[in-house]
Amino acid sequence: MNTDARMNQRTALAFREKGLLSILGRNLAGVYRFLKSDPFCMTGALIYLFFMLLAIFAPLIAPYDPHEMIKHDGKLAYNQPPSAQHWLGTTNMGRDIFSQLVHGAKPAMMVGLTAAFFVAVVGTLVGLFAGYYKGRVDSVLMRITDIAFGIPFEPFVIVLVAFLGPSVWNIVLAMGLLLWRDTARVIRSQVLTVRERSFVEAAKISGASDLRIIFVQVMPNILPLSFLYGSLAMGWAILTEAAVSFLGFGDPAMISWGYMLNDAYASQALSREAYWWFIPPGIFIMLTVMAGFYIGRGAEEILYPRLKNQ
Amino acid sequence: MGNRSKYILSRLAQMVLTLWIIATILFFIFRLMPGNPLAAYIDPTFTKEQQDILMAQFGLDKPLWMQYLIYLSNLLQGELGESFKFRAPVMEVIWNVLPNTLYLMLSSLIIAYLMGIMGGVLLAWKRKTKFETIGIILTLFTRSAPQMWVGMIVLVIFSFHLGWFPSGGASETGVAFESEWEKLTSFTFWKHLFLPALTAAIYLTGLPLLLMRSNMLDVMGESYVEAARTRGLGESRIMLKYAARNAALPVVTAMAVGIGYALGGNVVIEMVFSWPGLGRLLVNAVSASDYALAQGAFILSAAVMVTMNFVADILYSFLDPRVTFGRGR
Repeated sequence: MNTDARMNQRTALAFREKGLLSILGRNLAGVYRFLKSDPFCMTGALIYLFFMLLAIFAPLIAPYDPHEMIKHDGKLAYNQPPSAQHWLGTTNMGRDIFSQLVHGAKPAMMVGLTAAFFVAVVGTLVGLFAGYYKGRVDSVLMRITDIAFGIPFEPFVIVLVAFLGPSVWNIVLAMGLLLWRDTARVIRSQVLTVRERSFVEAAKISGASDLRIIFVQVMPNILPLSFLYGSLAMGWAILTEAAVSFLGFGDPAMISWGYMLNDAYASQALSREAYWWFIPPGIFIMLTVMAGFYIGRGAEEILYPRLKNQ
Repeated sequence: MGNRSKYILSRLAQMVLTLWIIATILFFIFRLMPGNPLAAYIDPTFTKEQQDILMAQFGLDKPLWMQYLIYLSNLLQGELGESFKFRAPVMEVIWNVLPNTLYLMLSSLIIAYLMGIMGGVLLAWKRKTKFETIGIILTLFTRSAPQMWVGMIVLVIFSFHLGWFPSGGASETGVAFESEWEKLTSFTFWKHLFLPALTAAIYLTGLPLLLMRSNMLDVMGESYVEAARTRGLGESRIMLKYAARNAALPVVTAMAVGIGYALGGNVVIEMVFSWPGLGRLLVNAVSASDYALAQGAFILSAAVMVTMNFVADILYSFLDPRVTFGRGR
């Protein structure tokens, strides 16, 4: 009845034969199969792909340097509405908004992917060790998680970035330090049930070490959850970077969508009703965040397995 | 001693421990970071002696461990130091803006949870229809739209274009309210509150809505709902009386946590609407390197968050009889 469970059993079996690499290969194939079977998930993955390509080829796609103060006939082309020359108009300093928008994909993807990676890795490790060892290890790790839950996220990022200096990597660090908390709790509770399953028991009897059981037997079973929380974290990270940049603590060397919103807000784009300036970056932020949620919605069957029987 | 009181006591001890550790982390963040904490206070023309006197005044000449002990004992007495920028006790500065944050947060949370609970019931009821798909997509829109962006759109439409609402602040420029009571009974204040509260509510509705929906789906599989169905009760009666009532419990506790998060998390909205609250205070304090004020604002948000997490857990243990009082969750 449950294809995921069967898939996991198969991966567990295959493991004993071929080892770690084949499992990872199989899981990638599983990820692909999963994407194909779920339109929500597929949409999310396609949106990611689109923005990644945009980030990589930004210099080729953008018609202008995003920092350039453009002059036409020696006059600064500031506050221009959309035209054939400037698809989304120009800023109050004569910068091409469309070019800024395209280049904004790069910090978004950088922050999103690295933060998602950290969140997934740290959260998974904490959850795995807490859930597998139980007892004292569990208590200590879960108290640390509680502390992470007690720290207000946005203020923390602001304070840390303000002190460490405005750089994209400090924003990522701040997120890496806090956002693993949800992942850790969910993975732990999942590990608590997985560790009671018979194949873990079998591995124990055959004399496998704890670390081997954790990474070889247990981890493949919770990888879909890590993946899900990683994709949610990607959206969170992009939102946070945008918020921090909007508040003026962003990386001054990088034009991000949050910076564009800050620029538009501070330059009275609102009272001039310059929609073309502040609407597009918000839509792009929204799309990347939504992509993460779509992948999450696609994984609903993993999270709420009871629905399958209805 | 009963199981529940034991549980509450151990959660209480845990809460105190958490607060202590957060306060400690905060101490080190603010003390060990680069930059002189007195930078905002010290004029470049000050002589070395004058600087030393200032350092001594703020206790910064003492060894770190002593500073730490002084800091902890001050915290316990609710003494958060002086704000460099306002030249006033941090506690006083915070108390002045805290009510504004509370009004904004409570009004938006109440709207959001009412709409969320109703929306969640509807979506679960209409599961596997077009209505559900559209509803979920709309919800995901509100969850993924950056708050400052929604705020900017709301501002352009309702303030700049239509001119229905003021564009920022909590009162007309130059007008101050005599008392909290006068503020709350003044129409101007509510007019200023409307747009930021709306923006926050748009974002906050998503969580209770999705939570309510998934709880409903869970509960709908329970035997007592099945039993009601076999007894031939109407679908709307089953939904509202049996399913919704039980599914709403976890949502109510989520609201307690939501209050904690909202207090520290409305930074962006307060900035967009120049709302004189705790989040805006924090941002301005950090920008001005007013580190005593930033630390105070931060620790207060953290304390509220930890406390609300605790309240949520306790509430949950009362509301749901299935909660066991073993360790862990």
